[in-house]
Amino acid sequence: MGSIRLEGVQKSFGDVHVIPNVDLDIADGEFVVFVGPSGCGKSTLLRLIAGLEDVSAGRVIIDGENATETPPAKRRLSMVFQSYALYPHMSVYNNIAFPLKMSGEEKDAIDQKVQAAAKTLNLTDYLDRKPRQLSGGQRQRVAIGRAIVRQPVAFLFDEPLSNLDAALRVNMRLEISELHHQLKTTMVYVTHDQVEAMTMADKIVVLQAGNVEQVGSPLELYHHPRNLFVAGFIGSPKMNFLGGKIAAAHKCHTIGVRPEHVGIDKTKGDWQGTVGVAEHLGADTFLHVKAESGETLTVRVDGEMDVDHGDKVFLTPEPAKIHRFDTNGLTLQG
Amino acid sequence: MARAIPLRRKIGFTALAWLIGLLIFFPIFWTILTSFKSEGDAIASPPLLFFNFTLENYAEVQSRSDYLKHFMNSVVICGGSTILALIIAVPAAWSMAFSPTKRTKDILMWMLSTKMLPPVGVLVPIYLLFRNWGLLDTQFGLTIVLMLINLPIIVWMLYTYFREIPADILEACRMDGAVLWKEIVYILLPMAVPGIASTLLLNVILAWNEAFWTLNLTAAKAAPLTAFIASYSSPEGLFWAKLSAASTMAIAPILVLGWFSQRQLVRGLTFGAVK
Repeated sequence: MGSIRLEGVQKSFGDVHVIPNVDLDIADGEFVVFVGPSGCGKSTLLRLIAGLEDVSAGRVIIDGENATETPPAKRRLSMVFQSYALYPHMSVYNNIAFPLKMSGEEKDAIDQKVQAAAKTLNLTDYLDRKPRQLSGGQRQRVAIGRAIVRQPVAFLFDEPLSNLDAALRVNMRLEISELHHQLKTTMVYVTHDQVEAMTMADKIVVLQAGNVEQVGSPLELYHHPRNLFVAGFIGSPKMNFLGGKIAAAHKCHTIGVRPEHVGIDKTKGDWQGTVGVAEHLGADTFLHVKAESGETLTVRVDGEMDVDHGDKVFLTPEPAKIHRFDTNGLTLQG
Repeated sequence: MARAIPLRRKIGFTALAWLIGLLIFFPIFWTILTSFKSEGDAIASPPLLFFNFTLENYAEVQSRSDYLKHFMNSVVICGGSTILALIIAVPAAWSMAFSPTKRTKDILMWMLSTKMLPPVGVLVPIYLLFRNWGLLDTQFGLTIVLMLINLPIIVWMLYTYFREIPADILEACRMDGAVLWKEIVYILLPMAVPGIASTLLLNVILAWNEAFWTLNLTAAKAAPLTAFIASYSSPEGLFWAKLSAASTMAIAPILVLGWFSQRQLVRGLTFGAVK
C-alpha cells in the first residue's frame, strides 16, 4: 500500500551535492523519522519523495511504482509543512476540502469527509473561520486535517511542530502518534529534534551532510549507535566522550558513556572531578562535572541528591554501557 | 512602535502636504473652472475667479463632436489592452517569481529598459507596420500597441506581488493534487487579488491617458478621448473654454475611478516598499 523506496537517490544544486547517494526502504504503515542537524539534507530528501524537487539521479518508488518522473500532484502523498501553508483566503472548511475538490469528489462526499476530519481534530467549531483567526496549534490541526482527508498513500511531515510552543509541541506529538495508530498509514517525519524522533518513530534515519549515518529503531540507535555522530546525536543529554589515557585503557580511540550510565559517589570511584553547574529538573538533576583529565562530563543523578558547586566527586561508568570508537569514529564491537 | 512627532513639526508637514496637494490639483481645478466660463472670460487677464456661470461650452462640444464615440473607443482600447496584458503577464510573472533562472533578473531589466526608449524613436517603423497591415485607425491596432507598451510595468508589478506569496502555499496545493492551471486559478490569483487589482487600475489609468500613440495612429474612426481633446486645439486658434470643457469630459471618468480606488492604488503602488 504505502511503501516508499529510494534507490541511489542523488540531489545536487549546481555544484553542491546535497544528497550524495541515498538508498532507503520505508515499509507500509511505518512511522519513519528523518533526523539530523540543520542543513543535513533531511528536508531535501523529503521534498524529493514529495516530488517538489527533482532527483539528480536515482529512482523514487512509491507503492511499487516508479514515481521518479511523476509530478507531486499525482503521487498521492499528503504533506504538512513547517509553516502550515494554509490557504489564507479560504475558510478552514475549504482548506480541508481543497484536496478532495482537486480530485473531483462529489459535494456530499466532500462534506462528509471534511466533517469527519474536523471531528477527529477538534475543529468542528472553527470550520467557518479563516486561518488567520486561528492559533498556531489550531492551524497545525487544519494542516493535518487537509492531509488526512484524502487518505493518501503516505504522509510527509516537514518539521511540523517547530513553530509551536513547548507545551503544545508535546501535545501535538502525542496527537500525531495517536493518529498514526488510528490510520496505520505510512508517515515520514522530518525533525531536527531527537526527542521527537525517539518518541514518535518506528524507525529513525539519522542523516549528516546528506548521508544516511544509521537506520534503526529508537532503542537500537540508543543502545547500538554505529558511530560517534549517531552516538552523540541520539540521547538527551548528549553522550559523554572521553579520549586520551582513559580511552587507551579501553583499547580504543574514544569512549562514550551516557549521562544516565555514570555512577557518582563522594568517596570512591574511577575518575575524580569537580561539580560545576547543576541543572535541576525535579525528578532528575544533570550535573556538569569537570573531570581531572580535563573533559566536562554530564551526569544524571537523582533529583534529591545533595551536591554543591565545587564539591569533589568520583564518577564510575557502568562497564557494560561503555561505547568504544576507533580513530574513524566507528563503533568497535565487543 | 510609533515615534512621537512634535506637534509643530506635525502641523508643518500637514501644511506642506496640503500645499503640494493643492499645487498638483490646481491645473485640474482651473480646467474645470474654465470649462464653465464664456470664451471671453476664459482669456481675461487677470484671470477671473468669479464669472458668469455657463454650460454653453459643454453644449457646443457635444454638438460639434461625438463624445460618446470617443468615450467608447477609449473604453474598448483601455479595457482590451489591460485584459490582454494581464492574460500574458500573469503566467509570465508566475514563472519568473516561482521558477526563476539565472537570467530572470536580466529579462525583467530588459523588459523595463524598453520603457526608457523614447516612443518617437520607433514611431516611423510602427507607423509603417500599421499602414502595411491595415491597422491604422483601428481599435484593434491601438489595443495591441497600448498592451505592449504597458506590459513591462504589469509584469514587474505582478512579479513583485507574486514574490510575496509564500512558495510553501503553492507547493502545498501541488501536494493536494492541483495541476498547474488549478494552482493558478484557485490559489495564486485569489491570493494576489489586491495586487492584480491595483495593477489593473494603474494600467487602465495609463492606457486612458496615453496620448502619443493614440494621437499618431488614429484619425477619426478609432480615436479615443485624447484625440477628442486634441481636436479642440485647432489651427483656427485656441478656444480655451471649449478645450477645457472637452478636457473635463475626457478626464472625468478616470478621475472618478481614481477617486474611488485611491486606497487600492496607494496600497498597490507602495506594496513591498515598507515592511
